[in-house]
Amino acid sequence: MKLTLKIWRQKNNASQGHFENYKVEADEHMSFLEMLDVLNEGLIEKKETPVAFEHDCREGICGSCSMVINGRPHGLQKGTTACQLHMRAFKDGDTITVEPFRAAAFPVIKDLAVDRSSFDAIIQAGGYISVNTGQAPDGNSIPIEKDQALSAFDAATCIGCGACVAACPNGSAMLFTSAKVNHLAQLPQGAIEHTKRVKNMVKVMDREGFGKCSNVGACEVECPKEISTENIAALNRYYLGAMLGSQD
Amino acid sequence: MTWLTDFLTSSIGKKLVMSLTGLFLCSFLVIHLIGNLQLLVPDDGVKFNTYAKFMTTNPLIKFISIGLYAGILLHAIQGLLIVFSNKKAKGSKYAVSTLANGSWMSKNMGLLGTFILFFLCIHMGDFWYKMKFTDSLAMVTYDGVEMKDLYKRVYASFSQIWIVIVYLVGLVALALHLLHGFQSAFTTIGLRHKKYTPIIKAMGVGFSIFIPLLYAIIPLWVLIKGAANY
Amino acid sequence: MKLDANIPEGPLAEKWKKYTGSMNLVAPNNKRRLDVIVVGTGLAGASAAATLAELGYNVKAFTFHDSPRRAHSIAAQGGINAAKNYQNDGDSVHRLFYDTVKGGDYRSREANVHRLAECSTEIIDQAVAQGVPFAREYGGLLANRTFGGVQVSRTFYARGQTGQQLLLGAYSALSRQIATGQVKMYNRHEMLDLVKVDGKARGIITRNLLNGKIERHAAHCVVLATGGYGNVFYLSTNAMGSNVSAAWRSVKQGALFANPCYTQIHPTCIPVSGEYQSKLTLMSESLRNDGRVWVPKTVEDAQAIQRGEKRAEDLAEEDRDYYLERRYPAFGNLVPRDVASRAAKVASDEGKGVVKTGLGVYLDFAEAIKRYGTSEAFSAGIDNPSAAKINELGEAVVKAKYGNLFQMYEKITGENPYKTAMKIYPAVHYTMGGLWVDYNLQTNVPGLFALGEANFSDHGANRLGASALMQGLADGYFVIPYTIGTFLANDIRTPKISNETPEFMEAEQRVKDRIDQLIAIKGNQSVESFHRRLGKIMWEYCGMSRNAEGLKKGRDLIRELRKEFYEDVFVPGSADEFNPELEKAARVADFLELGELFAVDAMDRGESCGGHFREESTENGEAMRNDAEYMYVSAWEWDDNNPILHKEDLKFEAVELKTRSYK
Repeated sequence: MKLTLKIWRQKNNASQGHFENYKVEADEHMSFLEMLDVLNEGLIEKKETPVAFEHDCREGICGSCSMVINGRPHGLQKGTTACQLHMRAFKDGDTITVEPFRAAAFPVIKDLAVDRSSFDAIIQAGGYISVNTGQAPDGNSIPIEKDQALSAFDAATCIGCGACVAACPNGSAMLFTSAKVNHLAQLPQGAIEHTKRVKNMVKVMDREGFGKCSNVGACEVECPKEISTENIAALNRYYLGAMLGSQD
Repeated sequence: MTWLTDFLTSSIGKKLVMSLTGLFLCSFLVIHLIGNLQLLVPDDGVKFNTYAKFMTTNPLIKFISIGLYAGILLHAIQGLLIVFSNKKAKGSKYAVSTLANGSWMSKNMGLLGTFILFFLCIHMGDFWYKMKFTDSLAMVTYDGVEMKDLYKRVYASFSQIWIVIVYLVGLVALALHLLHGFQSAFTTIGLRHKKYTPIIKAMGVGFSIFIPLLYAIIPLWVLIKGAANY
Repeated sequence: MKLDANIPEGPLAEKWKKYTGSMNLVAPNNKRRLDVIVVGTGLAGASAAATLAELGYNVKAFTFHDSPRRAHSIAAQGGINAAKNYQNDGDSVHRLFYDTVKGGDYRSREANVHRLAECSTEIIDQAVAQGVPFAREYGGLLANRTFGGVQVSRTFYARGQTGQQLLLGAYSALSRQIATGQVKMYNRHEMLDLVKVDGKARGIITRNLLNGKIERHAAHCVVLATGGYGNVFYLSTNAMGSNVSAAWRSVKQGALFANPCYTQIHPTCIPVSGEYQSKLTLMSESLRNDGRVWVPKTVEDAQAIQRGEKRAEDLAEEDRDYYLERRYPAFGNLVPRDVASRAAKVASDEGKGVVKTGLGVYLDFAEAIKRYGTSEAFSAGIDNPSAAKINELGEAVVKAKYGNLFQMYEKITGENPYKTAMKIYPAVHYTMGGLWVDYNLQTNVPGLFALGEANFSDHGANRLGASALMQGLADGYFVIPYTIGTFLANDIRTPKISNETPEFMEAEQRVKDRIDQLIAIKGNQSVESFHRRLGKIMWEYCGMSRNAEGLKKGRDLIRELRKEFYEDVFVPGSADEFNPELEKAARVADFLELGELFAVDAMDRGESCGGHFREESTENGEAMRNDAEYMYVSAWEWDDNNPILHKEDLKFEAVELKTRSYK
């Protein structure tokens, strides 16, 4: 299949970006990133600078890939990362626009690669249970109801790709933050530091320059792990409780 | 008190202010509607004008109305501040935009809100301001009590088709604003539940459609009745 | 060089306990004065960095990723083994130890494996305490599942994302230490050289991948947890960035590389679809519990399928060859990974492959769907259910068990595996070889430690399923925090290591020269094209089945390719910017050397064992191990012309050596 790619090129964060058009010949069995590989091979052959994009595991779990394909983070396929999107989702002759994730908290590094270290900062603010190695009691001494464990797991499947922020018209990181908070909140182990965690993670989320959630719901639609906005409602509730209900 | 300022200046705190003021304004919409539906009573304005005098002179209502004005201002100012800070947080826009992710209303609450605010200025300028701060309204006397004839003023306004159109457009904006805002307010205060959220959502849709619809009946009724009279 | 594994004295089962009770420790006030560098933040690296920081050491942690959470440990699907015996089915530390030694075809070090089995139980406790959402029973207790090649149910799992959940657990522990300042995290920093001072590992040279800045980092010791080298085959289930460079740079500084030829080839991966293919995707081994592996009986049928004229469902039962069930009646479709992989290759080599390239076999769920459907219909009290009803009920059962895998398969191939048989083919998955380490996980370079897949120690010639996560976390959480003390206890009076010494300056210059060299070649071929060609040579001559002639040819081809690389590679861009092509070039350059060592090692090992299959060493077509001649670890010292072999003889005291048979 013959495709026209309209790709965002930006040398570095300090420079202005612009779109550039490329023609590429793809096979329907290729993944989207393999199609970009083919494009880059061609550019290198012509001694031009290949398009920089982030990728690693190429099986939808590391969360590295981060691009907006025709206006959709990770492309149009539900519950799929860009690396698992295959070209059979497109037609011969299509023009595909590829842009980086856009949010002030995700500055562009180069072309399609953005800096998502603000996510690490949010986790460092409390996305953990304070247990040193060796302190743990026997695994079965903490029974957890099966559905509760599954619900915690659903929140814990977040791959930290940032599609939620990219999709949000407000550049909000509420889905990401709430998924981690709610993963831990649903486990008895996580309940102990809950109040402190909620306060600190929201504080750092705000500090990192993410926007305010207005319940648009785009994050849930674009999340490759289909994490629910119910987590956001839960975080709102927890935050109210933590700020108004705690002693300090 | 740093806990309170911390709370109110946090992203969730700010949204909570939007949510609570929004729900408060929703309750006002209901009260206001019940009062205004008296415009449709064919008594040449006795009921409505008596009600209007009560609403502008009763000390308790006066006190509550301060809360209402504060609520409107808070909702509008906070809303605009959030819109601007969110614009900044988003940074640049995508070249391709799509409706696939999120409804149009949810992404344009600021625009709809601003529109409603403008409408509110026109609306209040026409009735509320004239009623409270000017002597431009004619006077009527019922059972020896003299009062301003707001009823006549309303009928005069709504006899003009362009004013009715402005009202209808304003009410459509309100409906769209409510379609997202009503259920969003519940999510923001953390009320979401697998079983009950669908009910809240359905109520939200009902509220967003019926309340503006009932409001719309008033100018339309006046316009049609007026046309019939001529 | 005499290799001393430093195995503690005493009976096997008591070695570790006694050792930890009597080893040199570093007092808390001294720990504060000691700096440790940890390279790599996957399961082993993140758990080590977090635990060392909890103990009070000053840790600097490095990853080339943008965040520790991206490490490829995250992709492990199946689960993690632990000898908890929660199922009351006769599991024990000894049984896990025994299964692992046997599964490794008796080429691992007994003492290390026993320690691994001992630590396994604590890992589960630690992970649960961190909030890892393992699967649970209705009673709220931890669930287990069975995994290939063993007789007990000891695998803990979190759906098909166990690696992700365990890594996020370790990442959260690491994040907590970063927040306290006890770990200084360097994201997007790639280690490009090891610095030795007075023969001891005292630091590393890194490149900041964002701006190309070369930095010198000093510490009292260096811990490598940089993963495996499966990407030497270009196509593997490893992540695109997985590489051998940190380990290989250490080899260049004198560390020994052990058993490079031990590669695990996983039987259930999605077949290659074309030349452009960049990586292979694994489908969990658990699929073989219900799927039946087959190819057509005749080459004619296979060719018709390859041309797309026939489909799996067009072939009658009698025209199919369920070759695993035929060749291995006792284990059938559940033979260990290496056996299943080779059998698929044999079938494909006979021309019976079922994909366009000829390299693929069927994994068929039709019978399982029918079986489950019939049983469901019976339980539901449906008399004389129609075929469609049975199918519907059966598909529901299969969906509940493997839904996410089937969905992934459909995403990638565009085929619905409920309706037509899956196609699979083996792919490189894990490398058992790695840096040679002693019992303390210390390499032959004092102060240089290697953990997880980066070392060679625990899996012998073949790794059992659900053991990689176990080893990475055992090394990081429970072994290195103790054994690092054996080195650091002698260093408590050593002041902060300076990064201004001539050794550091020299190493920095080496790195800069090498980068300049790569950029200056300005040839005509892309880095990727060299990597792809290397992969083809490796797969052809050093793949699932090896012989002396092929290995020699392979080695020659790799050397030629390396020569060509340094003459004709083209690296676009400059050294002082974000330049993924430059990163790749340095990694491929290292693979080109490791690949050669791989072939040399495979040539030296004239026996078949585990993942290493030598055509010269077989009996009735099955692999034949040669304990008399090859019961040693091959630890290689790099030399451009002739790598030097150092042998560590393996002794087995607690287990009796047996031939692995699955017939």
